Parts: sequence; C-alpha cells; structure tokens
Amino acid sequence: MESFFTRFKNVLVLVVVLLAQTIGLAIQVRRPPEGGAPEGKKVTLLRTWVIGAIAPVEKLLHGVGLNVRSTWFSYIDLRNTRQQNKELKDEIARLRLEQAELAQDALQGQRLQTLLNFQRHYVTSTVAAQVIGTSGTDQSRVLYIDKGSADGLKIDQAVITPDGIVGKVREVMAHTSQVLLINDPTSGAGVLLASTHIRGILHGSQEGHVIINNLTPDSRIKPGEKVLTSGGDQIYPRGLNVGTIQSIKPDPDHQPYTLIAIAPAANLFQLEEVLVITGTTDQLPAQAQKDLAQGVATAKQIEEARAAAEEAAEEAAAQSAAQIIAEKLPSLHDDQKTTEGPASAIATPAISNPSVPKPVPPLHPDHYTPGATPPASALKPGAEHPETTYPQATPVQGPGREQDSIEEPGTSKQTQRRSGPADSGPQS
Amino acid sequence: MPSLSYTSRREIEEHSFSLVVTLLVPVAAVVLQVLLSKLYWRFSMLDLPLIVAIFFAVSRRSPAIGTVTGAVIGLLQDALTARPIGVNGMAKSVIGYIAASIGIQVDVDNIATRFLMNFVFMVLNGLILFLIDRRLLGLTQLHLHWGQELVRALANAFIAVPVFLLLDRTKRAE
Repeated sequence: MESFFTRFKNVLVLVVVLLAQTIGLAIQVRRPPEGGAPEGKKVTLLRTWVIGAIAPVEKLLHGVGLNVRSTWFSYIDLRNTRQQNKELKDEIARLRLEQAELAQDALQGQRLQTLLNFQRHYVTSTVAAQVIGTSGTDQSRVLYIDKGSADGLKIDQAVITPDGIVGKVREVMAHTSQVLLINDPTSGAGVLLASTHIRGILHGSQEGHVIINNLTPDSRIKPGEKVLTSGGDQIYPRGLNVGTIQSIKPDPDHQPYTLIAIAPAANLFQLEEVLVITGTTDQLPAQAQKDLAQGVATAKQIEEARAAAEEAAEEAAAQSAAQIIAEKLPSLHDDQKTTEGPASAIATPAISNPSVPKPVPPLHPDHYTPGATPPASALKPGAEHPETTYPQATPVQGPGREQDSIEEPGTSKQTQRRSGPADSGPQS
Repeated sequence: MPSLSYTSRREIEEHSFSLVVTLLVPVAAVVLQVLLSKLYWRFSMLDLPLIVAIFFAVSRRSPAIGTVTGAVIGLLQDALTARPIGVNGMAKSVIGYIAASIGIQVDVDNIATRFLMNFVFMVLNGLILFLIDRRLLGLTQLHLHWGQELVRALANAFIAVPVFLLLDRTKRAE
C-alpha cells in the first residue's frame, strides 16, 4: 500500500488538489448569498486574507507614486497654472449660465414629480477613494480602493466619477474595498435610454465592453443616444450618466435580440479616483437646494438683463426712427414756409432734401386746378363770361426732370407763369 | 577503484530555492501583475504568476511540488478577482504538474525551449480556463477567441524569457 502511494504520489497529489478545488468551486457556485454578500463566509475570509496581504503593498506603492506626481505637479509643473485658472474661471461662468437654464427645468420637474407622487433618490453623501489596484487579469474586471467599512462603505453601494457610473462595491474590508466594474461580465445595471425612455439591462462583455442585450430591434434606438441609470436596480440612483450608444447590431447568440454597444462616459480603464455613494434621500439635498435657488436667481437676473436690453434696443430703434423723421420734417416745414416766402427761397430746402415728394403738375387742368378760375372780384354779374384761360400744362418728363426744373432758379418764374391769367392755354 | 554511481538527469538538474524566494517571488509576481494592470490596462494580458509557476515547476522538477505551487499561485490570483476561487488554481495546478513532468525530460535552460514551452503553456492555460468556465461554471455565452489567446501567449512567451533569466539567479547553489 505504501509503495502505491509512493509510486503514484505525483498523480495523487494532482487528483487531490483538483478534486478539492472542484468541490470548493461547486460549493461557491451553488451556495446562495448570505445577507447580501456575494459569496460564502469562508471564501470571503480567504479573499480578506489575500487582499489584506496585498493591499498594504499596493497602498504603499500607490502612495509613493502619488507623492512623486504630487511633488511634480505642485512645485515643478506650474507653467500652465495661470492659463488653467483662466480656463476654469471661464468654465465656471459657462456652468453658471447652464445651471441657471437648468434650474427652471428642475423646478418644473420637481413640481411634476410631486404631482405624480414620484419617488426619486438624490445623492446626499459620497466618499472619495483612490484606486490602488486591479484584479491583475482581464478575466475579472474589478478595482481596489483605499476606503472600507471604517469609512462607511457597504456592499452594493454605487461607485461613480463625475463623468458617469463606474460600478458597485462588491467586497468590503476594514480599509479596502473591491469594486466590480460595469464592464465585468457578471455585473448588471438598470438603464434608461434618454430620448426614447426605453428601459434595458446593462452588462459587461467577455472583451470588457459595456452592452445591452435584452432589447428587441427598435427603429427609435439610434447610435449617439445617451444612456442613463433607471434606478430600478436599487443600487445606482436614477439619472446618472452611463454613456452613449456606440453601435446596434443583431445578437448572434440571442435572437431576435439586439446587441447594443455602449461607450461608457467614465474611462473604466484609467481610473485614479472614484466616488462611492454612501447616502441617498428622496428630498433634494440642502446644498442642491441652495444651488437651485442660486440658479433660479441667476436665471431671473439674466431674464431681467435681457428684458432691459430689449427695451433699450426698442427705445434706441424708436429714437433713431424719430431722428430720421425729425431730420426730414424740417425740410417739409421749410418747404411750407417757402410758399409764404420769396420765390427764390423755395429751391433752397429742396436741394438739401431732394427726396421730399412734390406734386406732379396735371396733364389736363380742370376747374379745381389752382389759378385756373378767375377771382370773383374780376367777374361781373350778367357779363359775358370771359375766355377762361388756363395755365399751360408742363409736360411730364419724369421725376428727375421735375426735380431739376424745381431746383433751377427759373422754376419760380414757371410757377408764376402757371398762376398768371395772361397765359394762353387750351379752352375748356 | 572509483565507485560507479547512477544519478538520473532529474537529480543532477534539480534546483532548490530558499524559503524567502519560494514565498516572496509568487507574491511579488501577483503584486507586480496588479500594479502593471493598473498602470496600463493592456498589461492585464500578461500572466506573470503563471510564468513564475512554470519556472518553479520546471526548476524543481517535481510534479507534486509543481502542482501545489501552481495551485497556491492560482488561488492567490483568484482571491483578487470577482470570480469563484479555484478557477485559476485548477488551471495552474495542471500546468505546474505538466511543466514539472516535461522538465525532467527536456532541457529547459535553452532560451528557445523556454520560449516555446511558455507559449504552449499559455495557450493551454487559456484552454483550461475556458473549459472550467464553460463546463463547470456553466457560462455558456463565453467563446474562445483563438486570435486573442495566441497574441496573449506570444506576449507572455516574450516576457517569460527575461523573467526566467532573472529568476535563474535565485536558484540555490547545491
């Protein structure tokens, strides 16, 4: 018997090792999660030991790297600081305007939500954490962060960056946590397509892509559409940015479903710092309310300023119209005055305002034409009607010609001639 | 008269390592792998722990020790992932066993042999992982991307040659 074990020692060791691991694997796969934990206590213990041994080294090396970078950026690489400061100020100004625009919509949205009795969760508290390591393999996409249960972290808390969601807390140790990224094949998140409001479930693929594969073909879904968290998974609060649709194609493994590839908003491959959402509430947080009020105030100011500017523009336009008219009106008055003044003065304002219209002389004078009818004092009762004389009609030669004739000094003579009874003209 | 003694090739080329090296090198490989992957995500294609497991297996030339070394290194790797513990452990146990077995019969100090050996073991590792995922864990949606596996094997084989040369220095003089 002893010789059997000696002879087959190597093979027996292999069989025993493989058998033990297979049984362990089977237990892990079959065992239901206890108290929300992803796996059994013994597995967690083994992970805790290994992570407990590896994490301090990772933290140390990460800290060294961070200090080197910090020294570089704080003391040496200050060349672009001024430019960066200016850009940031510009961005703040731009964001204030955006905030003001969005504040009105937010208020309206809140009112509608209240009307519909809609429960919404707002992020109230977050914990910033540094990424200290990864799993080291592309078979499992996880991160290690330098915050744990001592900092208030719990399993299944959402992990985000300002750009978008990153993943969820999977394991929590005292000062270290494991984060399962959204591009891991075992992860999942409830999402909402922003414009079409179609709900789906987000997964990671074997290659590390983020996909939705539970939707049937829909012509409304188009590349470039934004994807947000739906809040249905009870992990990620509703409305967080996930990414944009990159491509849509039929899923070869699950027909008739489509394979919607999503470009994540957060750079999942180069994460340095993340935020863990540790608290949510259905009321808008105090700081957000303050920001909202500020946004509304800014919007009002902008609206008032816009109204004032419009009013000023209208006034300016009216003033300018009045000025134009005022410039033109004196010439008319002067023209009227010239009828009373000497004949030579008539032409003067006309030169300055050539565009003022002048009556065109009639082609066929009638009784109503000024000067055509003899004055009453010249008429005698019972006397034979004298030959009525009419002024000679001036042939029409176009406005330009007319104006020329007005401008000429001889025009006054012509006017006099028209009113003179001695002129012969066609008899009525 | 000189006495004749029959010493097998296995006994001549068996190497031993100090306890510090035996414990620290696998841990260092795992830590370095984690740090490299964090530095640039494409480095997650490398498998430094597997290279170390192969090195110890072929140097000690004991299939039993190779199996245990592979299992321990694999379990260490598994503990850092979100997958069930034992997936890498099983794959590396098998590779440790085979590496130690062929180390008895083949000259593993030759650079070309080392390159080829590492290439083949990397492909085999990918194949075993795929079978464990598909058959034992029931992940039927997984596919084996041969192109990706060959590129991974090639990259690791290139890295393995200098790593082996570096680790040769840790061999204890008999």
